[in-house]
Amino acid sequence: MNSAVDQLLIIVLLINIFILGTHRPRVAIRAIATQGIILGLMPLLIHPFQIHILVITGFVVLAKGILIPWLLYGAVQRVGFHEQMQPLLGYSGNIIAGALATVLAFIFAARLPLAAMHQGLLIAPAAMATILAGFIALGSRRKAINQVLGYLLLENGIFIFGLLLTRSMPFMVEAGALLDLIAGIFVMGIIINQISREFSSIDTSRMNTLREVD
Amino acid sequence: MLLMALLVAIPLAGALLAWLLPSNNGRPLILPVVACLHITLVFGLCIASPPPSADGWFNLDAIGKVFLLEIAALFTACAFYAVNYLQYRKERNNRILCMGMQVCLAAMSMAMITHHLGLLWLAIETTTLCMAPLVYFNRNARSIEATWKYMLICSIGIALALLGIFFLAYATVVAGLEPSLVLEPLQAYARRLPPVWLHAAFVFMLVGYGTKMGLAPMHTWKPDAYGEAPGLVGAMLAGGLANCGFLGLIRVYQVCMASGDTAFYSFSLISIGMFSIAVAAIFLLRQTDFKRMLAYSSVEHMGLFAFALGIGGKALYGAMLHVLGNGLAKGVLFLAAGNIHRAFGSKNRDVACGALKRAPWSAALFLVSFFALTGSPPFLPFFSEITIFIAAFTNGRPIVGTVVVLMLMAIFVGMSLTVLPVIFGEPPKDRQRTKYHDAPLLIVPPLALLAVMALLGIWLPEPLSRIITSAAALLGVTQ
Amino acid sequence: MKVADILIHLMLVILMPPLMLGVINRTKALFAGRTGAPFLQPYYDLFRLLAKGTVFSRTTTWVFRAGPIVTLAATLAASLLIPLGNHLPPISFNGDMILFVYLLVLGRFFTTIAALDTGSSFEGMGASREVTFSCLAEPVVFIALMTLSRLSGSLSLSGILTHSSIALWRTSGAALILLAGGLFIVLLAENSRIPFDDPTTHLELTMIHEVMVLDHSGPGLSMVLYGAAVKLYVLGAFFLQVLLPFRVADPLLGWLLFIGSMFFLAGMIGVVESVMARLRLPRVPQMLLSACILSAFAMILVLR
Repeated sequence: MNSAVDQLLIIVLLINIFILGTHRPRVAIRAIATQGIILGLMPLLIHPFQIHILVITGFVVLAKGILIPWLLYGAVQRVGFHEQMQPLLGYSGNIIAGALATVLAFIFAARLPLAAMHQGLLIAPAAMATILAGFIALGSRRKAINQVLGYLLLENGIFIFGLLLTRSMPFMVEAGALLDLIAGIFVMGIIINQISREFSSIDTSRMNTLREVD
Repeated sequence: MLLMALLVAIPLAGALLAWLLPSNNGRPLILPVVACLHITLVFGLCIASPPPSADGWFNLDAIGKVFLLEIAALFTACAFYAVNYLQYRKERNNRILCMGMQVCLAAMSMAMITHHLGLLWLAIETTTLCMAPLVYFNRNARSIEATWKYMLICSIGIALALLGIFFLAYATVVAGLEPSLVLEPLQAYARRLPPVWLHAAFVFMLVGYGTKMGLAPMHTWKPDAYGEAPGLVGAMLAGGLANCGFLGLIRVYQVCMASGDTAFYSFSLISIGMFSIAVAAIFLLRQTDFKRMLAYSSVEHMGLFAFALGIGGKALYGAMLHVLGNGLAKGVLFLAAGNIHRAFGSKNRDVACGALKRAPWSAALFLVSFFALTGSPPFLPFFSEITIFIAAFTNGRPIVGTVVVLMLMAIFVGMSLTVLPVIFGEPPKDRQRTKYHDAPLLIVPPLALLAVMALLGIWLPEPLSRIITSAAALLGVTQ
Repeated sequence: MKVADILIHLMLVILMPPLMLGVINRTKALFAGRTGAPFLQPYYDLFRLLAKGTVFSRTTTWVFRAGPIVTLAATLAASLLIPLGNHLPPISFNGDMILFVYLLVLGRFFTTIAALDTGSSFEGMGASREVTFSCLAEPVVFIALMTLSRLSGSLSLSGILTHSSIALWRTSGAALILLAGGLFIVLLAENSRIPFDDPTTHLELTMIHEVMVLDHSGPGLSMVLYGAAVKLYVLGAFFLQVLLPFRVADPLLGWLLFIGSMFFLAGMIGVVESVMARLRLPRVPQMLLSACILSAFAMILVLR
């Protein structure tokens, strides 16, 4: 059982780097949807079967795998998005940064004291690596879609860490967290739409009127 | 228990009503009604002191009461102000604004009555989401930019706070204890939790809730959001949301201080507090936009809050007093600033000058509350700030205390460089007069808040003083 | 190690590579809806070229003449080090993996300087591209060798590659699949297959490998083509040890399985070539970087 979780987490780590290095936003959205579905299936694999875990799984797969990518697709579609991702460090730089972040995450996670049943699992390093990948993607201030993807990666990383707690965390907070994620992405999607209408592109580097030096 | 539920349910019902009501003119009238009901309920709860719920999730302690009082007073003032303001801005559909403000009030009330850290987080996240469309009320390119930054940065902050909560919960799992996110059990466990997880949780929650509060360096959304939002929304943001972030920080502070290892937490809080005040001082010096100036002033006061938490001791009493003082003062400042903005059609101090002649009451309010906020007697902020500084000097941190006092003086100078040209001088001749006039409903609410601040500064009523003292006692348990 | 095994090894290495090219071309033709050339066409091409005369440009020196010969010799020597299927290679000693990699590098080096020797700017362009991309591809092979060496505990190619088996897939499946992915990308890159280089292109500006051998003719060209086929065969055998490690007791069955899996690999390359388009040149380093990351991941997982 555990090695299945480990192998799925490796796929998750690879998807992180793939998202950091890809050129086309739709591909990135599909990749993050896949990551969401994989993450949704994980509670079932880690903890013994209970009804509330099944419900969480269904919820997460629906939200992260279908609903949010659909909202993002819609927002991107309305913009008529044919542009490329344009990360701040360049595609190769992003990939290298993602790989370094993963290595760092593995090093740090080895120093954290884990509970006995969680020793040797990849969950802690994978969570940190995904969070760092999210920050790398957020660092690009050029496209709004980059920033939303970075935020989603960050949320995925936090969710991976939450997998250590599925048995102990109250169900309400998990569901609430998911609801807020959906609402947040919904609002962001609307804002992207408005940005595109106002600036006729979603290049957030053009939004620089509000600065201190002017 | 029922009364506490009503605290949340009444504003939600008002929001629902606001959604259903088709008339743009009638909708603003819901706000004062809800506000009056809410504030009556708050007073009743503060006097009656309901017992905590069975599982410990809902518990109105003294800290919650202080915050609730401040929120209720602020919302009441904003609600009455909104009636006239929305009439003045009839061209915009105000459904979202009315709904958003009431949902925000409901969420903030929920945050103040709960002791479950997860629910607290949920409530704060809800306030972030429901205020986002309100920042965008003016619907122009600058508001979009402000809303985008607000949404992105606050969402990231809240996500990091969630990670901090996960760390706390996991710390209990590692220690082999019954996992819980309720405040009392966590405080009891605190000594047995592995310190590395506790430190990590504190850092992430400091960053996360600090983003919401507006501590530097996570404050970058504040100037844009406060600057572009209407004055009414700005008042709710500065007096409500920032305080909610502070409440989140307080709850995690309570847990961490109960662990006994206080040096790390005090140091981080004092450092980030001083850094925020320094950043505010630097950016306030040449600020031409008076609403952005108010945003940096908010950063400064949030820094002061963090500083007070770090100092501990009597400073905690000062911090609780300052919650009231800062919230009320910001309310007056933003509402008056909104009026002045309307009067001149611009936020720039070079254009909007001589407000005393164009909108005399608003200008007077703005000037007096500026003095109040920067700590002049007999207003409340003077007493709260001086308590914090005396505590800094007596608790063995004279150097940082001196530095902060100097920075506050610099801030006073910087702010007056912006405020005085706006108030005094001659209105520009070449600008067209806008239709704005100082109407009663636009002036009385902020005037009332100012009066309360003055009153509380001179005479703190006995029940209120007791509440604040017990709140400070709750915070300073291991000091 | 029986004499029969050595003989079969030599025979396979010498005779089979052009057949692989034939299978690849036939697969691509199948996808394109054509009948395609016969399976043995590459042999006919080689013999035809051997019978022709050679033209040497006046700007070339002995380097140009030596290029194809040294490349072929190096590649054939490397083929002596690689185990085919379950059978040990004729030569093996501790550390022979480094010799293996550097024999292939020697081959590439001589092709490159032979190209530079012609003094033509096209060939220089191809040479610089080839060398740049192989800079990124080599670490993958080394990391893969280190990982497999760690898994098997041996320092010789024969030990490293014959250790991998179905049982190993079950325990270290994640690391092996990452390695297989990285090695496949390197296989395509080193042998100038789509998506890195189109072997059938006639546009010089898009060529990488083809342009380096533009000036060769007659027997020299046949040696170049044959050498490329042997390189594909050798690297393919290496890759198959990781991907499809069949370990059976019966030697004859072992050989047959090996031959079958080589044809399968040729078919797979043909499918990939038909399904993908060639990458834009700036994307090639990013793809190779991903291969580096895949193998680095595999190493991290094994070292944990």
